[in-house]
Amino acid sequence: MLNSTNTNPEETGILGWFSSTLGQLLVSLFVPAVTFFVLYQGYMFLSRANAPQIVQVIVAIIWGVGGVALLYVVANWLVLKLPKKWSKRLQPFVFVGPAVAIMGWFLVVPVIRTLIGSFRDRLGNEWVGLDNFKFVFTDPRMLETFKNNLLWLIFGTFFSVALGLLIALLADRSKAEVIYKSIIFIPMAISFVGAGVIWKFMYTYKGTGVGIQEIGLLNAIILALGGQSQPWLNMPPWNNFLLIVIMIWLQTGYAMVILSSAIKGVPAELLEAARIDGATETRTFFSIIIPYIQGTLITVTTTIVIFSLKTFDIVRVMTGGNNGTNVIANEFYLQSFSYNNAGRASAIAIVLLIFVTPVIIYNLRQFNKERKGF
Amino acid sequence: MAKSAFAKKRASQFWINFVLTAICIIWMIPIIGILITSFRPSEDIFKSGWWTVFPHKEDVEIDRIVLDDSVDVDGPIEIEGITKTFEEWRQGVQLDDGRTITWYGNKRTRTLVVSDRQWVGFATNLNLKNYRDVLGGKTISYKDAQGNTITRVGNNLSGAFLNSLAVTIPGTIIPILIAAFAAFGFAWLNFPGRNIVFTIIVAILVVPLQIALVPILQDYVKLGLNGTFLGIWLAHAGFGLPLATYLLFNYISTLPRELLESAFIDGASNFTIFIRLILPLSVPALASFAIFQFLWLWNDYLVALVFLGEKNQTVTIAVAQLVGEKGQDWHLMTSAAFVSMILPLVVFLGLQRYFVRGLMAGSVKG
Repeated sequence: MLNSTNTNPEETGILGWFSSTLGQLLVSLFVPAVTFFVLYQGYMFLSRANAPQIVQVIVAIIWGVGGVALLYVVANWLVLKLPKKWSKRLQPFVFVGPAVAIMGWFLVVPVIRTLIGSFRDRLGNEWVGLDNFKFVFTDPRMLETFKNNLLWLIFGTFFSVALGLLIALLADRSKAEVIYKSIIFIPMAISFVGAGVIWKFMYTYKGTGVGIQEIGLLNAIILALGGQSQPWLNMPPWNNFLLIVIMIWLQTGYAMVILSSAIKGVPAELLEAARIDGATETRTFFSIIIPYIQGTLITVTTTIVIFSLKTFDIVRVMTGGNNGTNVIANEFYLQSFSYNNAGRASAIAIVLLIFVTPVIIYNLRQFNKERKGF
Repeated sequence: MAKSAFAKKRASQFWINFVLTAICIIWMIPIIGILITSFRPSEDIFKSGWWTVFPHKEDVEIDRIVLDDSVDVDGPIEIEGITKTFEEWRQGVQLDDGRTITWYGNKRTRTLVVSDRQWVGFATNLNLKNYRDVLGGKTISYKDAQGNTITRVGNNLSGAFLNSLAVTIPGTIIPILIAAFAAFGFAWLNFPGRNIVFTIIVAILVVPLQIALVPILQDYVKLGLNGTFLGIWLAHAGFGLPLATYLLFNYISTLPRELLESAFIDGASNFTIFIRLILPLSVPALASFAIFQFLWLWNDYLVALVFLGEKNQTVTIAVAQLVGEKGQDWHLMTSAAFVSMILPLVVFLGLQRYFVRGLMAGSVKG
């Protein structure tokens, strides 16, 4: 038990009370001070240690996880030292305070700061009015990213959801369902950077000449079919579609898993009744399954749409955004970290936020509907 | 009648399995490709596609014919009793015994290659050298496409692997701990502003993290947190907390009220109730989110790139850097990519059920 608020009833008398209060006060100051000292020493050790890396890593893990747990224990202990009225009032904030503070620092306040930054110049010193937004909506570079993100959004989302639905439907009728689904799902575990290497190798091009054998599967297949090998990743508009293929490869598994569980939720009696009435498979699909899983379909589509808007890693690793493959998130990265233009970067981030606003509103509506009595 | 329905069903089963198998093969080919490539010597990778490691029939050079100077290469040329023009020889001529004779290069080489279709690929050279090279930080050497020996410093991917662990393990546990405390607070404790704060959390579920990168980096530079593990843990906690709090709230708020009330009547403090009762009861939800967050952190590139950079680089950064610098060193890139994939794959395949559960609950997030 960490609780030690109850002062000992035995210890009466003004002196005893005073000393115990003073003692408690000192302890209350001492314990947090020691805690902070220990945590600070840990931090200093980590930031300039020359111990073997494995030692550093283990210390970092213990220090990080233990430190957070320790802070909660000490904070709770301190709050319980207060008079009962105050401790009761303050204790909820021991629980929610850290989370709220961190989210405030990392997400809520940055929205406002980025909004302000989007009206200021590249270093954030002068007001520039709408100049950054003028850049975002008129510069050819930006227009190219919008066009490409639209391709990602339309083709990436459509094929991920459609393929995911097809596989979910087919697998539902197969005995080897688990195996098929596991295989399609595997790319979900792979980083976009890893997927970038995988697909860059698929698309690689060696050139033409005597005795050269293409080592990329795409070009090898094209050669085998009598075509001409090409450096596909340098060739707009094909390169965009080749990048979108990677997104489809990664996201179909997600769509499939979620849709598959929704399809399993369609009542068997309903499907049976439709079959007895002589409805064809297509008819059953469009008139029963689709309406039944509509909600899930919307959620999955929304999630993948947001993913396609924020796509970054794939483009960064595969083409760096060159040769007409730039996307919004990559241009954001370039503006903020390569060209050091915080104003333009902020404006791009705000535009991304505006794009997801409908989803935010939808989420809030759903939340209010579900939790009337919150 | 019954029999034909049965046959029909069998036929449809066949087609379903056929289509699914085809899709699965297409899905796996890219991964199999780099897996095989990562075990091949660098010279072999440049010479032939990875699919040639499987036994197959191929034209193998068995002999060379060099024409002596008396032969006029512009006129008809007779070799092994067959007379053809240069152009025809260049196309390749198949002999009756199955051998093929093909002119090598241009006219001046005066050389023809005799080849035969043979089974090859049984004695493919596969080894672990690429992995040793890419994991270590010492000097390595290998042969490039032209057969030159290249010597350079290894990529020390084992160091990056350790860094990734140092980022991922606390980066997963810390936000879960903080979120569990907060979820308990929101679900069971009363305090002013509870409603509005939780609504804000729901609102920021899908906020793109690009919004935060510029201001947070400014703060980090001021505080000296840039490039430190503490900095990236905090960042991952910040970006992961809304979803974690939301998911855990949904779970913890459905725990039976009587259970907590009886514990409270027994005189347990909120803190004790949380540690002794709530955390153990929430293990399924905690596990689901933990796997989710673990995979997302391990595979993260953007946040690590911005807040860690070159110092303490993680595996994703190391692999991306390898791609940027050594765009043609497939033996290193493929083995590095596989090193970066191995842990998430194991976690994922081992705990897939929990992951799927987390995915379902969290599908509101982008």
